[in-house]
Amino acid sequence: MSLDTSKVASSNGSSAATPSKPSKIGGVATWADDRLGLAGAMRKNLRKVFPDHWSFMLGEIALWSFVVLLLSGVFLTLWFNPSMGEVHYEGSYDQLRGIEMSEAMASTLNISFDVRGGLLMRQMHHWAAMLFVASMMVHLLRVAFTGAFRKPRELNWVIGCLLLLLGTLEGFTGYSLPDDLLSGTGVRAADGFLKATPVLGSWMSFLLFGGEFPGDSIIPRLYIIHVLLIPGLLLGLIAAHMLLLVYHKHTQWPGPGRTEQNVVGFPMLPVYAAKAGGFFFIVFGVTALMGGLLSINPVWKFGPYDPTKVTAGSQPDWYMGWPDGLLRIMPGWESVIFGYTISWNVMIPILIVPPLMLVILMLLPFIEAWITGDKREHHLLQRPRNAPTRTAVMVSLMTFYGLAWAAGGNDLIAIKFDLSINQITYFMRVMIFLGPAIAFFVTRRWCISLQRHDNEKLLHGYETGIIMRSPDGGYSERHLPISETAAYTLTARDRDEIYTVEGDTDANGVTAPGSRVQALRAKLSEKMYGYNVQKPTAAEIEEAHHHAAHEHELEAGLDHPADGHQFDGHSDHTVEEAPLRSGH
Amino acid sequence: MLLLGLLMTGGLYTAFSPAQADSTSDEELVAQGRELFLVGCSFCHGQNGEGISTAREGKQIGPSLVGVGAAAVDFQVGTGRMPLANPGQQAPRKKPVYSEEETAALAAYVASLAPGPAIPSSEDYSIDGLSEQEREEAITRGGQIFLTNCTACHNFNGAGGAMPRGGYAPTLHGVEPRYIYEALLTGPQSMPTFSNGNLSPDEKRDVIAYLGSLEETPEYGGFGLGGLGPVSEGLFAWIAGIGGLVGFCVWIAAHSTRSSKTKEGAKA
Repeated sequence: MSLDTSKVASSNGSSAATPSKPSKIGGVATWADDRLGLAGAMRKNLRKVFPDHWSFMLGEIALWSFVVLLLSGVFLTLWFNPSMGEVHYEGSYDQLRGIEMSEAMASTLNISFDVRGGLLMRQMHHWAAMLFVASMMVHLLRVAFTGAFRKPRELNWVIGCLLLLLGTLEGFTGYSLPDDLLSGTGVRAADGFLKATPVLGSWMSFLLFGGEFPGDSIIPRLYIIHVLLIPGLLLGLIAAHMLLLVYHKHTQWPGPGRTEQNVVGFPMLPVYAAKAGGFFFIVFGVTALMGGLLSINPVWKFGPYDPTKVTAGSQPDWYMGWPDGLLRIMPGWESVIFGYTISWNVMIPILIVPPLMLVILMLLPFIEAWITGDKREHHLLQRPRNAPTRTAVMVSLMTFYGLAWAAGGNDLIAIKFDLSINQITYFMRVMIFLGPAIAFFVTRRWCISLQRHDNEKLLHGYETGIIMRSPDGGYSERHLPISETAAYTLTARDRDEIYTVEGDTDANGVTAPGSRVQALRAKLSEKMYGYNVQKPTAAEIEEAHHHAAHEHELEAGLDHPADGHQFDGHSDHTVEEAPLRSGH
Repeated sequence: MLLLGLLMTGGLYTAFSPAQADSTSDEELVAQGRELFLVGCSFCHGQNGEGISTAREGKQIGPSLVGVGAAAVDFQVGTGRMPLANPGQQAPRKKPVYSEEETAALAAYVASLAPGPAIPSSEDYSIDGLSEQEREEAITRGGQIFLTNCTACHNFNGAGGAMPRGGYAPTLHGVEPRYIYEALLTGPQSMPTFSNGNLSPDEKRDVIAYLGSLEETPEYGGFGLGGLGPVSEGLFAWIAGIGGLVGFCVWIAAHSTRSSKTKEGAKA
């Protein structure tokens, strides 16, 4: 597109440019702006700046897969019939023709085999759902590991956790809809979970199913929850999540020119509009490829649900896998109290641990803020190594999740790796406790080692790979200072302050109110920060540089161009050009 | 006339001789089977197929083969499960050690110990003789029987599944109909026996027809991911889906805007 530039000032000279006739599009825009007042909002938001980093796009995968879910979901509702009325299937799939099944199942088969593009849409919808929840979790990990949930973003973290919960429930209600053998088994399990609730269980089950399981109202009920209730809540919470993102502004990595008060990056228009828009098409494309090429949930092989049937490999979708795993490794404990059976074997892995984990997850930023006593706003991210305890807690939680998740696929692990399913169960029963503890300590020590390494780079420079031989025969590796930018980035972090209680008794020996809580807080703070390595002080860096310069001087005579050093940088420069010298 | 006579005699001879040979060589076959049995099987199953017990009560080195019938031998030896290469939780399927004739001889010998299920003939498990309509009905019926009786261990796709203590229900893909029929009849290893009173011969045939139809129909949804259910789907969602998309994230973030506008860029 070429513009007519003849009417535009071509220089900064004294003569004013002649205004051109306003274009028709401009007229329409003015008309709209007079009535909607969008220009003011647009002017600000179109230029809104976002920082650039790949890990900031993980939440975007969730957003775009949600859009794919909405689009493909609308397509599916046009043909899906959420009814448990019995029909004889007379569609295109030979192996089930004439079999009695619910209308939900029959219409799912109809979408799969007799609606043009129906199977592709079904599979895209299902793959997008898997990616939706998975990308939310990856995004959650990024936020947690970088400390992006600190003030002022705690509430947005809580909203994110709720989105994860709702996404999981949305997934469960969705894969239950076709009323096939696998999903029916899942609904049967859900019925069992409800019934495991002490005292209220049977009533809750009867309420949900409208009578005895399976009844004929569960599919229509799940349907309306799946297409109206939860999507509505999801939409609202996503909107809140993103409005808060705009209001808080995006966090950024520390670096030269980046402070807690600014955001360094590119504007929304044109850069991020293009990047994000393009990314939508990529997510859509990946989902379409997976939907087109990879089979998912082949309901025609499962056949209609029938409580007398079950299949090996009856697992839920992956995001429900970890409670299923806990259920699989739980010993069969039950007790009878006042004539009521308490099924610990179901209650603990399903009704107690998963909700507890969610609460712990939501409280993480608040617990951390309470221990540290940090009331400041944080817009600069932390590298995971610079918060060793937080990183270790997250890895510990991930290990718990991962082990429970693996236990959910214990039968497939057994057959694919020639193991005994019993032994896997015994192993998991121990590791579910031991694994997170080991992960915690290994991760924390690992982070602290990395902190030490950072300090070494600051004080002694990076390892050049050049081995020096001293006159008395000793070998040492030459270190050279890191760049100013790298040094700034490494030191752009706060020193950790261990919280201490300032005298919990007054002059008369009376304990101050709440001092026990404060003592606990001090203890936790000590445990959290006690082993951390703090960045070197300016004086320490100064001294290290002097030391290095001195050493370099001693080595100066050795630093002459010599044969055999053509590739290590020693053959072509003189002592004066050595990087250490130029730095001072 | 002479020629015709010769041809007829020859033709009749070839037509009748196998039957005759069968009846006459039965004894021979059993004797041959016994020879093979004494060398290859008796170490565990005993010199007369009576089984060998260990010192521990109720434990056996090899079970008694009296009354297991020719079908059991044909299944175990024909699929390579027997002779066992090494003791384990379960005899795995492997390359058969004995030739078809030797297997038949072994089967004849074991069948001679006591009455038991015979090797089924192809009419027993083939639906070729049925009309198109009957075939379709047989497949549909077989699918329902399969989902009721078999999928709990063998999985909805016949891909197999885990059993307690390292045992497993093997995959049914690529298993010859004869062996499926024999497995149903004799209940090898952890598998229950589906006697003719339990699943009639026609129902067994229908199950086999359904399994055959599963292999014949294309994977409508694309690559089947092993037909193992949601676990492999989750694995693909994470590795291919999330792995690929995070790769795209890195790619997009690595391609930033130009830091300086070229003249052409300014014009456009």
